[in-house]
Amino acid sequence: MTTKKTEKLIDKKGIRLDGRKVDELRPVKMAVGVLPNADGSAYLEQGRNKILAGVYGPKEAHPRHIAQQDRAVIQCRYHMAPFSVDERKSPAPSRRDVELSKVIREALEPAVFLEYYPRTSIQVYIEVLQADGGTRCAGITTAALALADAGIPMRDLVVACAAGKADGTLVVDLMDTEDKVGDADVPVAYMPNLNAVTLLQMDGNLSVTEFETAVNMALEGCNKLYAIQKEALKSRYVVAEEAKEE
Amino acid sequence: MTSPIVMNIKKKRITELLAAGKRTDGREPTEYREIQIEPGVIERAEGSARVHLGKTDVVVGVKIGTGTPFPDTPDTGVLTVNAELVPLASPDFEPGPPNEDSVELARVVDRGIRESKAIDLEKLCVEPGNLVFVVFVDVYVLNYDGNLIDASTLAALAALLNTKMFKYAVEEGAIVKKPGYDPLPMVNYPIAVTFTKIGNKLILDAGIDEEEVMDARLTMTMDKDGNICAIQKGGGSGYFTKEEIFEAAKIASEKTVELRKIVVKS
Repeated sequence: MTTKKTEKLIDKKGIRLDGRKVDELRPVKMAVGVLPNADGSAYLEQGRNKILAGVYGPKEAHPRHIAQQDRAVIQCRYHMAPFSVDERKSPAPSRRDVELSKVIREALEPAVFLEYYPRTSIQVYIEVLQADGGTRCAGITTAALALADAGIPMRDLVVACAAGKADGTLVVDLMDTEDKVGDADVPVAYMPNLNAVTLLQMDGNLSVTEFETAVNMALEGCNKLYAIQKEALKSRYVVAEEAKEE
Repeated sequence: MTSPIVMNIKKKRITELLAAGKRTDGREPTEYREIQIEPGVIERAEGSARVHLGKTDVVVGVKIGTGTPFPDTPDTGVLTVNAELVPLASPDFEPGPPNEDSVELARVVDRGIRESKAIDLEKLCVEPGNLVFVVFVDVYVLNYDGNLIDASTLAALAALLNTKMFKYAVEEGAIVKKPGYDPLPMVNYPIAVTFTKIGNKLILDAGIDEEEVMDARLTMTMDKDGNICAIQKGGGSGYFTKEEIFEAAKIASEKTVELRKIVVKS
């Protein structure tokens, strides 16, 4: 993150570059069960983010040495398509991808009843088809839906949202430019029913008070997304019901 | 790797002790192990420091090279942080390319230094868009006994404070060394404090036994003004409540001040 400001991120009326207010989320669309081959899948659009997640398993762990005697393991891959950003991104995993795959896995693990499936592996694949800032959060929200769609028992859905600071003002759900030239970014993943924060990162510069406000703003964003997540799951269930009746 | 049965027994014991406010080695929940900082241990590196945190042992070497700046920051020097979990440091470390643990360690240390703007990287620009100095910070773990993030951040800061840059002149677009040295332009001092959650208790500076049984960990890196510059939640399949996070931020505000005094004077 650089301090160089190329443009104003928020105008005098408190309106952001994409026309949002400081506490407003980008338009979100979620769909569940979008991939025929996967055991569970989901698709999400948030602003210009387009994210696809597929879940396979629980199945035999491979390579076998990763298997745990008393629980399932989650293998998670966060990956960005080469065409997802302005400059082509090499499809080989970057250090950022490796770190994100790890923190996303750790954000999802607390939700899953891993102890139900010892010695197995649950594979979570997140593909960022188009990136517009906040892809790790959007990836988590999508992956949680895919896990639920796969019928894997979970304590709660995991939902994620970032807050941060742009032009000295705290804002929620940072888009690409705000993320890149803003002052701070705080991604948060949350299980609302358990008051459980399962991912928390930050870079930038915030006082402790600002940080607390940012976390609260992110959690509020999470709660809004959580409602949409549940709707997306329900609408799939309702369609299946109707199909049965016919 | 300890078997899950032994792990469960260990976890039960550690959790029971913590419920009474005690730890296996007799420390207070927020007490660090003995910290020893030895700057300048590698003479051929421009800067270095070895840090012992109890039995955790980390050496950081700083090398200065030259290179081209990133296109989006043409007038600032480049910082790169790498971490090696050397196989001699633990029976669980294996040779090979960096795994996710070493990548995470490097990136958390990097974020602390970068986001606190510890190094005045603009002073490391020789010719905008063309030639800048590159600061290589290499974290080398020699013995692993828990809390690598805090130990490595301390060692990196101590090594950067110890770094000497040769004086130079630019002649026909090339750098020519001159006699004498300048310190690296350090303007901030990031300190990382890592909380480990076991059951519903938070402790600081976990040893290897505590890390093995932890539910989750949370690192907060603060700059000299007490602002937060980096956070990383990781480890295990546990979580933090919002209240625990805010409590951690309060404790970190005090603890980072305490730890910074040890490095910045040494």
